[in-house]
Amino acid sequence: MDASTTAALELAHREHWGPLMALLVGRFRRLELAEDALADAFEQASRHWPRDGVPDNPAGWLHTAARRRAVDVLRAEAVRARRVPELVGEQVDREERAGRATAERLAEVEEEVLVRDDVLRLVFLCCHPALALEARAALTLRLVLGLPTAEIARLFLVSEPTMAARLTRARKKLVGAGVALRLPPGERLDDRVEDVLRVVYLTFTAGYAPGAEPAPVEGGAAEEAVRLGRLLDALLPGRADVRALLALMLLQHSRREARVSASGELVLLPDQDRARWHHDEIAEGLGLLVDLPVPRGGTALELYLQAMVAAVHAGAPTAADTDWGLVAGLYAQLEELTGSAVVRLNRAVAVAEADGPAAGLTLLDGLEDQLPRSHRLPAVRAELLWRQGRTGAAAAEFERALQLCPNEVEQAHLHRRLTEVRAV
Amino acid sequence: MKYVVLLYQDERVWAEADEALQRETIAAHEAFSHRVEQHPAAEVVAGEALRVVAEATTLRRQGGRTVLTDGPFAETAEQLGGFYVVEAPDLDTMLELAEALPGDYTLEVRPVDDGI
Repeated sequence: MDASTTAALELAHREHWGPLMALLVGRFRRLELAEDALADAFEQASRHWPRDGVPDNPAGWLHTAARRRAVDVLRAEAVRARRVPELVGEQVDREERAGRATAERLAEVEEEVLVRDDVLRLVFLCCHPALALEARAALTLRLVLGLPTAEIARLFLVSEPTMAARLTRARKKLVGAGVALRLPPGERLDDRVEDVLRVVYLTFTAGYAPGAEPAPVEGGAAEEAVRLGRLLDALLPGRADVRALLALMLLQHSRREARVSASGELVLLPDQDRARWHHDEIAEGLGLLVDLPVPRGGTALELYLQAMVAAVHAGAPTAADTDWGLVAGLYAQLEELTGSAVVRLNRAVAVAEADGPAAGLTLLDGLEDQLPRSHRLPAVRAELLWRQGRTGAAAAEFERALQLCPNEVEQAHLHRRLTEVRAV
Repeated sequence: MKYVVLLYQDERVWAEADEALQRETIAAHEAFSHRVEQHPAAEVVAGEALRVVAEATTLRRQGGRTVLTDGPFAETAEQLGGFYVVEAPDLDTMLELAEALPGDYTLEVRPVDDGI
């Protein structure tokens, strides 16, 4: 397959999976049918497009292929007279819409609010509180963004079979329990939005980390998450939690191009070329924060504190100008609020910058129990040990990190650091 | 969708309830029934309060024989004290309706398997 076809396939997956999934779920009311049909359509595309060329309207092509596939499955089921339970939902005239959303018109339809609402409905379905939180995030990544199960498993630090089982359970629960495919009513919206925001942020971090695939950091899940954030902000103007999350994502996402060097190597925050940050996005993110009253607690405060951390970094002209004491203080508040081991890891990095590596190392003690599969923990410890001149111990930690790290870009970075510390 | 709403509570709460609590509880059940009636697409199909688990009899078949035990199938801190069978359009509607039920119950909402 030539590079342009591969790029077209990746672009189609990134841009059209969610909207197409939403349309298919709305049309057929069955998660697995929609999912299998869409996966099949992409598989067909990977065979047909290299041979026949990329179609003028990839979304329309995929939609047609997926619908045909789903109809074939339904026919086969009708022959066997098998009844499969469907999602319940609002009585929208789906037939008429499916008729209008023909292959030719799909690209236009996608611009319409109708499809955005379809995506939102799908998001609210995936983020329904009747599901366990980790299942909500996994399902959103799978259904709304189309991430492969293996990738989702890596992001949530569980094995692939565990994640596959979790997804299966979640799908069955939604259908079996009669969770409707609909937007929550006004008086329930607040609670449901909070559920969505958690998931959107997990989605964002999934897109922000360099993927296991040699995919660019640009785009993908992070951009989809920012888009979801903007959409939520537009639909629910003035909500502190939505605003804080959008600000956080904009500020972190503004650094995407500086995170990976021209040769594809990971560049950490202190070494990033700050001229390559998207300063328009930083300005937008800071603007959102400036206008926002400090939230009193809960998710809104958590997101606000995280956004403030990102704002401190974004506001420093050089790495040396970073106010690490302020960052460490924000992380301490966050840790108190969340009790999260990942927050503690980040806090340790900030404390090490503010007060020296020994203070940082102390905060890492005992974190293995909570983050047994994290490669970041040994990687951070390695850097701090190295700063103390303990190169042997640092090398051993880099080796541990390499064993745990599933991702090529970060592996290359760890290899480089390991070689450097051994040469000292 | 048809749901069974299982109502759990420590039996002693009801046994020791004073008149005010009894009235409050009955009012909550009435409010629930009323709320369901008001909903255009929901209906209470059935509902019963159960007597105490001490009056339950459990049957088990063992090697072709029926063995009877005095008491409930499972000893738990909270006991099944009643149930409703409710027709509702979806889970969220069902959960919203169920919020009218007494606040000191633990409610388990189970979809009826109509595939059998």
